[in-house]
Amino acid sequence: MAVMTYLEAIRETLRQELRRDDRIIVYGEDVGVRGGVFRVTEGLQAEFGEERVIDSPLAEAAIIGTAIGAAVNGLRPVPEIQFSDFIFPAINQIVQEAARIRYRSNGAFGVPMVIRAPFGGGVHGALYHSQSVEAFFAHVPGLKVVIPSTPYDAKGLLASAIQDEDPVLYFEHKAAYRSLKGEVPDERYLIPIGKADLKRPGKHVSIITYGLMVSYALKAAEVLDKEGISVEILDLRSIRPLDVEAILETAKKTGKVLMVHEDNLTGGIGGEVSALIAEHALFYLDAPIVRLAGPDVPAMPYSPPLEHAFMVTPEKITEAARKLAKF
Amino acid sequence: MAGSDALYGLGLDTTKIETMYYYMVLSRALDERMWILNRQGKSAFVISCQGQEGAQVGVASALDPTVDWVAPYYRDLGIVLYFGMTPREIMLGQLAKADDPSSGGRQMPSHYGHKERHVLTGSSPVATQVPHAAGIALAFKIRKEAAVAMTSLGEGSTNQGEFHEALNFAAVHRLPLIVVVENNGFAISVPQSKEMVVADVAAKAAGYGMPGIVVQGSDPLGVHQATLEARKRALKGEGPTLIEIKTHRYTPHSSDDDDRAYKTREQLKAEKEDDAIVLFRQWMMDQKLWDDERDQALRQRVRHEVDDATDYAEAAPYPDPKTLWDHVYHS
Repeated sequence: MAVMTYLEAIRETLRQELRRDDRIIVYGEDVGVRGGVFRVTEGLQAEFGEERVIDSPLAEAAIIGTAIGAAVNGLRPVPEIQFSDFIFPAINQIVQEAARIRYRSNGAFGVPMVIRAPFGGGVHGALYHSQSVEAFFAHVPGLKVVIPSTPYDAKGLLASAIQDEDPVLYFEHKAAYRSLKGEVPDERYLIPIGKADLKRPGKHVSIITYGLMVSYALKAAEVLDKEGISVEILDLRSIRPLDVEAILETAKKTGKVLMVHEDNLTGGIGGEVSALIAEHALFYLDAPIVRLAGPDVPAMPYSPPLEHAFMVTPEKITEAARKLAKF
Repeated sequence: MAGSDALYGLGLDTTKIETMYYYMVLSRALDERMWILNRQGKSAFVISCQGQEGAQVGVASALDPTVDWVAPYYRDLGIVLYFGMTPREIMLGQLAKADDPSSGGRQMPSHYGHKERHVLTGSSPVATQVPHAAGIALAFKIRKEAAVAMTSLGEGSTNQGEFHEALNFAAVHRLPLIVVVENNGFAISVPQSKEMVVADVAAKAAGYGMPGIVVQGSDPLGVHQATLEARKRALKGEGPTLIEIKTHRYTPHSSDDDDRAYKTREQLKAEKEDDAIVLFRQWMMDQKLWDDERDQALRQRVRHEVDDATDYAEAAPYPDPKTLWDHVYHS
């Protein structure tokens, strides 16, 4: 068991998976010689060669489109989109093709592929290096959307995603890469996709969230604990599929739900979670569901005060949870 | 039309020639039946191969269906038949029946796919299959298999970004890929002159450092030869080839279109003078490979196959509504 950063956990999992199964290939812009702009794939090309760790042309639709073809023809591609903001040229391939191939071929073809993409803000990335794009994909049946919140989960969820027979989007928060550290077992293990994780049991308020916001919510919970407010935290781990059972269980238990994500408020996954609770657990609630999310502006600005104003922070979560607890 | 030198230079025996002709005739006859079913109200949608059979059979006959893969587009009836899809299977798809191997009746007709026959499932957004074929070729290259991927599309679709991205990717990685453009002159109603400035789609290959070949769809042997050469290059590790086939579309874009708005009847008549099926039959007769009696017998056989396929598909059951939820994910 070693202590690793979130980034190292992803890299070591890729290494372990590439060693385990020679059908796995990694490719994308800059992933080879440079080891990726964030160094996630550093050293992989040296170990596995240019045919398995491929520097691809800068063209997202080709990266994903060829990965689909390779997957159909027996490989297990793990393409990287350098920033999730740049995934949109490939959305035709992801949504119209990867997501629909199994369904449209009546089960004859499948696309076992994992698309890795860094997402999220607070790193001075401005409009086009800060976006949270997960809700676009969570809308699409046929896709799975995984967002790990710890180094431990990053490993177990990535191994599961690579083993999955369906296309998985695996979003990595940029601010988590080096700020989050934790123990990661050496051996391979799988965390099932679609199972949420109860990070902290509590009595008064449930915070439902995912990704980097889990660590922020944990900080908020510690502050509130000293005030006598007991916070329960549910890490969704994947936003498609959603762990409906776990969502309803925590909602019923505390009766007060705060949904947190950095993605924009409107059409974000918080709306879906709220609807599920409203449909199935309304009479257990003691307060209206609260959503704390990125504001409905087109994207995150660059200038520090504007960026800070956009970001969901531990302080904003603390305040929202405190207010809800007192409702 | 290629002469006998070309014929024997290609290593084609008379059986192969007759097989090529058979698939052209079968494609046309099945397609004509689809329109009848459409006009009878039995099939909501038809999209045709008519006019392009020579191009399609010329390409498919130069590939090896036992190892190669094709990622065709919706007009490629001739290709998928040559790769082994049966008339019954085609008609099951045309009538949206449960046993349609392409999609179980989920897709519009002519959105072919057949894993065992190495036909990749296709969609309606055009040119998305070009990167898929490059990816299939990438897997061949990584596994060092002696096989190629062929993808085909219309000339209008070559304006899509995915066409260019895939050609570039395949060229950089020297993938065993053949990209075939069946240029019938129209993207639905828009003529080539309003789709692109270049006279030949093949010219686009130059930007990716690969050969761009122009052949005539009314000359299936010329198409065959160009495809054979592209396949040889691919297998030698020399990378992809773009083949443009000048061809014609004898029908409207689909059963929901009316081509009289953009194609004069005179032009259509002139195009029909350049019909690969007619010209190929004449060439076979000139070469003493064929005669009227054998032609009658072949057409009888094809009519029987089309009748059988129609009857079979009409009698086949529709999908059970309960299967709506099947195959969203692997189970």
